[in-house]
Amino acid sequence: MTTSAPTTGPAPVTDTPPVIAVVSKKAPVILAVVTVALAAAVALGSQSGDTSFRLATRNDFVEIPDITVPAVGTAWVAVVLMALCAAESVRRYLAHRDTPLWLVAVFSVIGMIGFLGWAAAGATLPVVGLLAGALALAVPLVFGALGGVLGERVGVVNIAIDGQLLAGAFAAALVGSVAGSAWVGVLGAAAAGALVALILGVFAISYFVDQVIVGVVLNVLIVGLTSFMFSQVLAPNAADLNSPPRLGPVTIPVLGDIPVIGPILFRQSALVYLLYVAVAVVTWALYRTKWGLRVRAVGEHPKAADTVGIDVVRTRYRTVLIAGAIAGAGGAFYTLVSVSQFNREMTGGAGYIALAAVIFGKWDPIRATLAALLFGFASNLQGVLSVIGSPVPSEFMLMLPYVVTVFAVAGLVGQSRAPAASGVPYRKG
Amino acid sequence: MTHPEEPSTGAHTQGIPAPSPEATTGVTTTPGSDPERPSGNGRWYDVARAITTGNALVAVLSIFLAVVVGSILILVTDDAVRESAGYLGSRPSDFFRSSWEAISGAYSALFRGSVYNSRGADFAAQIRPLTETLKFAAPLIAAGLGVGLAFRTGLFNIGGRGQMLLAGAAAGWIGINADGPAIIQLPLAIIVGMAVGALWAGLAGLLKARTGAHEVIVTIMLNYVAFYLVFYALSRQSLLQAPGSINPKSLPMDDSATMPKLLGERFNLHLGFVLALVAVAVVWWLLSRSALGFRFRAVGVNPHAARTAGIDVGRTYVVAMLIAGALVGLAGVNQTLGTTTAGVTTDLDAGIGFDAITVALLGRSHPLGILGAGLLFGAFKAGGFSMQASEGIPVDIVLVIQSLIVLFIAAPPLVRAMFRLPAKEAA
Repeated sequence: MTTSAPTTGPAPVTDTPPVIAVVSKKAPVILAVVTVALAAAVALGSQSGDTSFRLATRNDFVEIPDITVPAVGTAWVAVVLMALCAAESVRRYLAHRDTPLWLVAVFSVIGMIGFLGWAAAGATLPVVGLLAGALALAVPLVFGALGGVLGERVGVVNIAIDGQLLAGAFAAALVGSVAGSAWVGVLGAAAAGALVALILGVFAISYFVDQVIVGVVLNVLIVGLTSFMFSQVLAPNAADLNSPPRLGPVTIPVLGDIPVIGPILFRQSALVYLLYVAVAVVTWALYRTKWGLRVRAVGEHPKAADTVGIDVVRTRYRTVLIAGAIAGAGGAFYTLVSVSQFNREMTGGAGYIALAAVIFGKWDPIRATLAALLFGFASNLQGVLSVIGSPVPSEFMLMLPYVVTVFAVAGLVGQSRAPAASGVPYRKG
Repeated sequence: MTHPEEPSTGAHTQGIPAPSPEATTGVTTTPGSDPERPSGNGRWYDVARAITTGNALVAVLSIFLAVVVGSILILVTDDAVRESAGYLGSRPSDFFRSSWEAISGAYSALFRGSVYNSRGADFAAQIRPLTETLKFAAPLIAAGLGVGLAFRTGLFNIGGRGQMLLAGAAAGWIGINADGPAIIQLPLAIIVGMAVGALWAGLAGLLKARTGAHEVIVTIMLNYVAFYLVFYALSRQSLLQAPGSINPKSLPMDDSATMPKLLGERFNLHLGFVLALVAVAVVWWLLSRSALGFRFRAVGVNPHAARTAGIDVGRTYVVAMLIAGALVGLAGVNQTLGTTTAGVTTDLDAGIGFDAITVALLGRSHPLGILGAGLLFGAFKAGGFSMQASEGIPVDIVLVIQSLIVLFIAAPPLVRAMFRLPAKEAA
């Protein structure tokens, strides 16, 4: 993970010095520990019966029957396969080679199937509903993480993601109700997020205030402001000001009829489709456009960027505002998709999970999106398992994103390195 | 970009070398590098300077500005004011009278709820608000000291919530399950609570010292881990949940584990305030009179210089976080054993973990400053509730005013520009 392995094969004829490869032993250790943990859980737990994985939804084009497997048997098969993966990882470590990503991916999928088969014994697991719900729950996290990635890439740490989500949720409810249109509500949410970002920018970029302090205080400020306005203005006039129209699920023709994938990806609310666009556009803009190159230059080495004529302050302001608008739009999820009214502190700290996704995703839009999806999956899985009745306490499932992030920051799960100038105010001269 | 007012923090940094790329990091981890090598000293130097220097005028003006903004919010959302604004042109006197009534009503209610209630029946009822202020101030002071001590060492402790929750839950467990006379059970509960808070914060310090993990991220994440741990304990009857209950709440504290009331049963003020005052004295002595405190400050001002001088920086981080966690833990203990003795819940921190950051910033991380800031915010809290009860203004306005105060205080050039004060000269 951390170092590149030398290629094996015939010795090179050229006179290159031998490459000393230091291969991390984190991957084999972690794989082995997870395997043992699952084996212990299966051996000690008292699960029995069959588990059904339901892949079909009600109005499917093609009927897929449920897949029913014996719970404990599935888990043991998974443990054996996981042990094989772990052994392969150990073998590669002993041969001074890194564990490839595909091995970890295969391991994770097998492990998840084994765990689910074991945990949901005696019940039917709605696989499609589980994954579709995970995607829906991840919407604000992904928007928030995209905003966070953009901010950090240009050198401004954005702890205020939670404030931007909350401001977005508030504005979406208010503007959506007044205008009578959910899409105007989304615009309002983006504007509110940008407004929070503007305050962050004024203090962090123009007045050199420590960005972490501004972010933390802004979160408190937005909680206070929205709660105050909620009790004073929204709650007494709920019918006029706090009942926005909903963004219901929209089925995309053809794509939505694909079995399994269709219901998960293409029968979602319009905000999810906006999310696909946002992830694609941000990734493309950050890595493939002149603007993105400038953003990254300013985030890594503002002085060099300044020297070649990039206006550091303007670039930072512009990017932070865009980032705030994206995060704010994510806040619209709470009041336009999830429930159609605003309530105090309704984000429940999702902005901090988004921040975790930014770091776990190594400041990259695609990886941060995947991390946010993973965190959404963890929280939805907890909900589904608590309905079925699972042997794992739901609190520990909910804890998972945070624990994983602590491990990631501590360097136990791969290396994560922030943009060099992230968090550092730029003083010209 | 250049500003008409050179920011004071900028002037201070001229004495030290410009931050080099490897020294300037934000939320960064560099696990591959020397584990004892902390990152971002230039930035923390600025923070430490910004917090520990500056003058009282800016603080007063910041409070004034925040109150003005709060007043505008109250006016805009007041029904009578909005109505009279509709016919401002024909009868402006109505508008000004209703505005005056809204504002003066709000702030006199705030005063009545926090300092002196002129409408009280007897003297005890009249001064009761003041004791309420002290009661609310106690955990703010203790937790503020924890955050401030970490600031002085160059660490940002945002984990107050988690440290308070775990400390409060641990103290609560002792307060419910350990039997014994008050002379044993109460101190035992306090010490265990503080120890748990210390360990939880120390974990963040250890990760920073060993792996370079940024304490901001770690403490934020540990807040949530602590929350779910306490929630788990509160939903298992074998741990903390009250027997026969389905709510995530514990039994009330034993009488022998509750903090004694200081002024008799009519007042809620309890021993916690005295403990907070003791903590102020201890931290003051620690920071300004002890060798350990000197190491804290040396590392906070410049970790590289501190290492050159022979100070073990990583170890100092761990020790600082341990003490900071114990102080924040005291705030959690204060809640469980003193203020809300009806039982441990996941709301026991009551936002104090985050309020403590604003207290430490307003108090400029100095123990006496934190004492003053804690009293001020305690008064806001006590008065906020009476404002909500008598004037119908939501208590959330207090959060707005508090956070605005800290924002303005953190940006002296902004405040100076708003009041057209001359820029501060370099010290």
